[in-house]
Amino acid sequence: MSKIWNKYRFLILRRFTQIALLVLYIGGNYWGWKILQGNLSSSKLFDTIPLADPYAVLQIFSTGAIVAMDALIGAVIIAVFYALLGGRAFCSYVCPVNMVTDLANYLRRKWNLDKFEKKWWASRNIRYWVMGLSFILSFILGTAVFELVSPISMTHRGIIFGMGFGWAAIVTIFLFDLFILKNGWCGHICPLGGFYSLIGRYNLFRVKHIQPNCTLCMKCKEVCPEKEVLYMIGKKSQMVDMGECTLCGRCVEVCDDDALHFGIRDFVKKGE
Amino acid sequence: MDKNRRAFLVSLAQNVAIAATGGFLWSAYVEEAKAAPLILRPPGARKEQDFMSLCIKCGLCVEACPYDTLMLAKPGDNKPLGTPYYIPRNIPCYMCDDIPCVPPCPTGALDIKSVTKEQDGKQVFDITMMRMGVAIVDIKDCIAYWGIQCDACYRACPLLDKAIYMEMRRNERTGKHAKLLPVVDPDYCTGCGLCEHACVTEIAAIKVLPRDVALGKVGNHYVKGWEKSDEARLKGSSGIRTTVTPRSEKSAVESLNEGLNLE
Repeated sequence: MSKIWNKYRFLILRRFTQIALLVLYIGGNYWGWKILQGNLSSSKLFDTIPLADPYAVLQIFSTGAIVAMDALIGAVIIAVFYALLGGRAFCSYVCPVNMVTDLANYLRRKWNLDKFEKKWWASRNIRYWVMGLSFILSFILGTAVFELVSPISMTHRGIIFGMGFGWAAIVTIFLFDLFILKNGWCGHICPLGGFYSLIGRYNLFRVKHIQPNCTLCMKCKEVCPEKEVLYMIGKKSQMVDMGECTLCGRCVEVCDDDALHFGIRDFVKKGE
Repeated sequence: MDKNRRAFLVSLAQNVAIAATGGFLWSAYVEEAKAAPLILRPPGARKEQDFMSLCIKCGLCVEACPYDTLMLAKPGDNKPLGTPYYIPRNIPCYMCDDIPCVPPCPTGALDIKSVTKEQDGKQVFDITMMRMGVAIVDIKDCIAYWGIQCDACYRACPLLDKAIYMEMRRNERTGKHAKLLPVVDPDYCTGCGLCEHACVTEIAAIKVLPRDVALGKVGNHYVKGWEKSDEARLKGSSGIRTTVTPRSEKSAVESLNEGLNLE
């Protein structure tokens, strides 16, 4: 039992936070709970503290509109939280689409699809292009353009307010990640992930690698959704320093040799 | 040309081309999704264009509405995704005195100022200031216009005798009855849709439409001579150019008296 806990503790924690947040939001809509009202785009915590998606607020700003104070404060709170502590943890601990793409990834490994599938290559920088484009298009079209197509908002809103054909977006992402491009949505395209990669670039919590313990089994790289951040595995002891790391902790869990663990960022670079 | 430099430029051009292609597809979709002229917005909503740029699609207005009037557009509703709207025939706006849906809006897409007025030095809500839409009567299908007695919409109106009043007209068919006809005054109508909700016909003969869609505009060159201050609108104007063709240079009287010279 403790072995299962050890192997899956972060995964369990992540599913817990993802589902708990959904339950709180659903409770806010259907039963009038005052804990979390609204949705991931903008919400009220305990009926007083505003929270808002800083990326959505930036898009609104690029339309030329000035948002009211609530959304502004909410966006700053969220941005500061992820910049200092959370890093890109939004993607793995909050975002509901993560459960869909994780399932696709799990089936990929289970069915050995990587061996049989025709491999497509796509740059992981597409997300930054999409993000830049979203600001330009928001400016031209006068509306927050990513929010109109965002499968994240669609899924989250769908679960809280009713799905409509929103499930089609979820199925699309699932199939895309399963059969077309490995880690396609979260690892390549999603501009929100790119946004959090940028603002979480210097956050405090980090995964650290202890090279002498590493036996080069590469289990960590197999489960990592952003495996480019693990470039140091087996080469040198170092913390994961790229903002693209979602801090999901899967690498820490699957490592049998105690070569990876969570820690606080060391600002002085050692061993260089 | 240096090979590396060429490769770099080509890959740069590729990236830009992909981004441009994606951008065009994306903007075409957004333009399409934005085009929903018949959507009715919550109380206090800014003009549709400003509303679309400000709304963050959080649903706080929807959660605040005690009557479940407001909904967030889902995929399949053919409305801008995630934005709040209501269908008065299903659930109208009941015009709560405290307007619970407007204050929670975090971005200001719903403007509190547009539904408040000053009273005794305090800011108070005034629900009659809401302008969500305007009711339009289909006089062919309204049974009151047939001569059958019905005042369902009139009775349902929260601004009875202001937003909807009854006009009396002689029923020429019977020769001895009066028709009582509902007439909407757009100056007072808030677009709540209680009339549309109450209408007895199979498809409502009184419908709420967005004000931009339903209302006309007279233009400045018509002046109500019988209203004292109306002429003041023309103050400082440089006059209206009426000469369009050489023929119209002559005065109207001239052409009537002297006949037209068509050469």
